[in-house]
Amino acid sequence: MSKVVLKVENVSKQYRLGQLGTGTISHDLNRWWHTMRGKEDPYLKLGDANHRNQAGGSDYVWSLKNINFEVQQGEVLGIIGKNGAGKSTLLKILSQVTTPTTGTIKARGRIAALLEVGTGFHPDLSGRENIFLNGAILGMSKHEITSKLDEIVDFSGVAKYLDTPVKRYSSGMMVRLGFAVAAHLEPEILIVDEVLAVGDAEFQKKCLGKMKDVSSQGRTVLFVSHNMAAIQNLCTQGILLEHGQIKTIGSIDQIITQYTAVNESTAAQIYFNNATTRTGNGNIQFQHLKIYDNTHQLRNDFSIGETLIFEFLLHNNTNELKSELAIQIKTNDGTPVFHMMARDSNTEIVHTSNQETYTVELHDIRLFPGIYSVSIISANTTGHEIFDYIEDCLTFTITDGGLLTSRQLPKSIGMFFMNPNWKKH
Amino acid sequence: MNTANDNWDIVIRPQSKWYNLQLRQLWHYRDLLLLFVRRDFVAFYKQTILGPLWFLVQPIITTLTFSVIFGNLAGISTNGIPKPLFYMSALVVWTYFADTLTKTADTFSANAHLFGKVYFPRMIVPLSVAVSNLIKLGIQFALFLVFYFYYMAKGASFAPTSALVLVPFLIILIALLGLALGIIISSLTTKYRDLKFLITFGIQLLMYASPVVYPLSTVPVQYRVYLLLNPITAIIETFKYALLGVGEFNFAHLMYSVGITVVLLLVGLVIFHRVEKSFMDTV
Repeated sequence: MSKVVLKVENVSKQYRLGQLGTGTISHDLNRWWHTMRGKEDPYLKLGDANHRNQAGGSDYVWSLKNINFEVQQGEVLGIIGKNGAGKSTLLKILSQVTTPTTGTIKARGRIAALLEVGTGFHPDLSGRENIFLNGAILGMSKHEITSKLDEIVDFSGVAKYLDTPVKRYSSGMMVRLGFAVAAHLEPEILIVDEVLAVGDAEFQKKCLGKMKDVSSQGRTVLFVSHNMAAIQNLCTQGILLEHGQIKTIGSIDQIITQYTAVNESTAAQIYFNNATTRTGNGNIQFQHLKIYDNTHQLRNDFSIGETLIFEFLLHNNTNELKSELAIQIKTNDGTPVFHMMARDSNTEIVHTSNQETYTVELHDIRLFPGIYSVSIISANTTGHEIFDYIEDCLTFTITDGGLLTSRQLPKSIGMFFMNPNWKKH
Repeated sequence: MNTANDNWDIVIRPQSKWYNLQLRQLWHYRDLLLLFVRRDFVAFYKQTILGPLWFLVQPIITTLTFSVIFGNLAGISTNGIPKPLFYMSALVVWTYFADTLTKTADTFSANAHLFGKVYFPRMIVPLSVAVSNLIKLGIQFALFLVFYFYYMAKGASFAPTSALVLVPFLIILIALLGLALGIIISSLTTKYRDLKFLITFGIQLLMYASPVVYPLSTVPVQYRVYLLLNPITAIIETFKYALLGVGEFNFAHLMYSVGITVVLLLVGLVIFHRVEKSFMDTV
C-alpha cells in the first residue's frame, strides 16, 4: 500500500556559462526572434553531458538532464554524487527556488526544504523573534509556531538566551536554533541538504534522530550528503547522480558501494613514486603495495573468512637499523576499523639491506561486506618519528556471501562477522 | 492506491501561465508578511537612542530645509498656505512613494541569499515593504496633523474640503503606484543592473517633476500638460486639496492616475512573477 508522493518527470536544467550580463540583450533578442517565427530556441540545444573538466561546445550547459524518479511515502531517499553532479541543482528545483528548464515535478502535500539552517535570521532580533520569523519563512503559520514554541526551544537548548539578539549567539547556538525550527515543520516531504555538517557530534546525532522520527511518521525525506555514514544510517533508497544524469537508482547499500567504487582504485597493486601523496621524513620509503590471496593471486575482492596478504617493498634511504611498521584499515566513509603494528604480533623489524620485502598475512578476515581502504605507515621504533605514511593507497572489497555465511550483512547492522558457539545448557 | 494519481498538490513546471499570480499562496503566507513588517520596524530602531523618534526627524528636517530654500530663498508660492504645512503635506505622500519605490526596487538583489535558500511567494517582500512604510507614513501623518492644528489654532487661512474622504484611497493609490514601479524595476535589475544606478537619481528628478515643492497652479501653461502626464501629480494635488483646500482637484486627472497605476501594477505583477521563477540563475 505505498503511495507515490513525489514524481519527477524528464527534469532538465540548463545554465549559461561564462560571464553573466555579457551579450544577454542580444541573446534575448535572438531568442525572441526565433520563437516569434515558431522556431526552436537557438540556445536550447540538448548538448553534451555535463563534464566539468572539458570545455563544451556551447556557452550553455545542462547541469541536469532527463531526471526521472518517484518517491514513495515514508521513504528516505539519499542523493549521492560528486561535486558538480547536479545534487544541489536538483534540490533547488525540488524546493522551488529555481525552475526546471524542461520537465515537471508533481508532489502531494507540502514540501519544505532545508538547504541551510537559520535562513533569514535577523541579527538584531531576539532568539524568540527569530523563531517566529524563520518559521514563517519556512511556511509555518504564526499559530503553528506558537503551539510548538516550547518544543522548539527545548530541542534547541538555548532557552536561557531566548531574549538575546542572535548576533550575540555562538555559531553553534545559531545552528541549533535554526535546525530546531526546521525540525518542527511538519511537511509531507522534507528536503535536507548537508546541514548536518555543522554543529557538534551530539547535536548531529540529535538531528539524525529527529529525521528518523520524521520518516517513521510516514513522511518522506530527501537527503543529500557526502557523509556516507549518515546516508547509510538514515536512508533506505538512493540515487546516484553523475554529470547531471541519474546513474543508478536502488537500495542505499548498492548505491553507496557503486559510488565509492567509482571513486577509488580497483587495482590490487600500486607502485609509489615522486607523485605519490605521502608524509614523513623519507628515511624509509614504501616502493609498492600489493594485495593477494593465499594462492598468490593478486586480488582485491574477498569474502568473509578468506586470507588477505599485503606485500610491500621498503627502501631504506639512511641505514636505519630498526623500524616499526603499521597497516591501518578504514571503511569507505573514513571510519578507522583497525590498526595493526608489527609489535602487536611480536615482530621486530630489523633492517639488513636497503631493499626489503615484507608480507603481512591477515587470516580469516571478518569484516562486513563493503569497501575498505588501506593506509601504510613506517616509523621509528618508538613511533614518534614518521618515516613514511601513505594514506588510503589501495582499497579492497569484502563481497557478500562466501565460505561462512550466505545471509545479507548490511552495514547498518554491524561491522564484524562473528560466529561464536551457541549452546543450550 | 494509485487511483488518485492525478490529485497532485504541487506541480512544478518550467513556466506557469502568465495570469497565474498565485494569490491564494500569498494569502497562506500572510503571517510572514506581518513578521517581515515587524522585523523591519523593530530592526530599524534597535540600538538607537531615539528609537522610533527617528521617523520624525527626517520629515522635520526636510520640511525646514524646503521652507528655507524653496520658500524663503527661491520665493516659490505656496498658495497662501503656511510654508511648513504646504511642504509637509506633499512630502508625506512623496516620501511614502519614494521609500516604497526605492526599497521594493531592490527586492531581488537585497534578498538574493534568502531567495536562494527558501521558497515562499516573493511578492511577500515588496508587499511587506509597502506595509511597513505605511507605519512610517502614519507616524509622519500624525506629525503633519500636529502642525496642521497648530496653524489652524493660529488662525491661518485654510480648511479641509469634502475630498477628505478620498485620503485613504489616495494613500492606497500611491502605495500601489510605488509598488508597481518598484517591482518592475526590481525584476529588470536582476538581468540589467544598469537600472540600479538610474533609480537613485531618477527619483530625485521625479520629485521635481511632481508638485512637491511648488503648487501646480504656478506652472506655466505650456508645461502643465507634461506635468499632468506624471500620475503622481494628480495624487499629490488631490491630497493637498483635501486637507488644505488649495491645489487642483480634477476627477479626470485622478482617474488617469488610477488607470496608469492599474496598468503598471498588472505589468509589474506579470514580470515579477516571471522573474521570481528564474532569477536565481541570472542574479
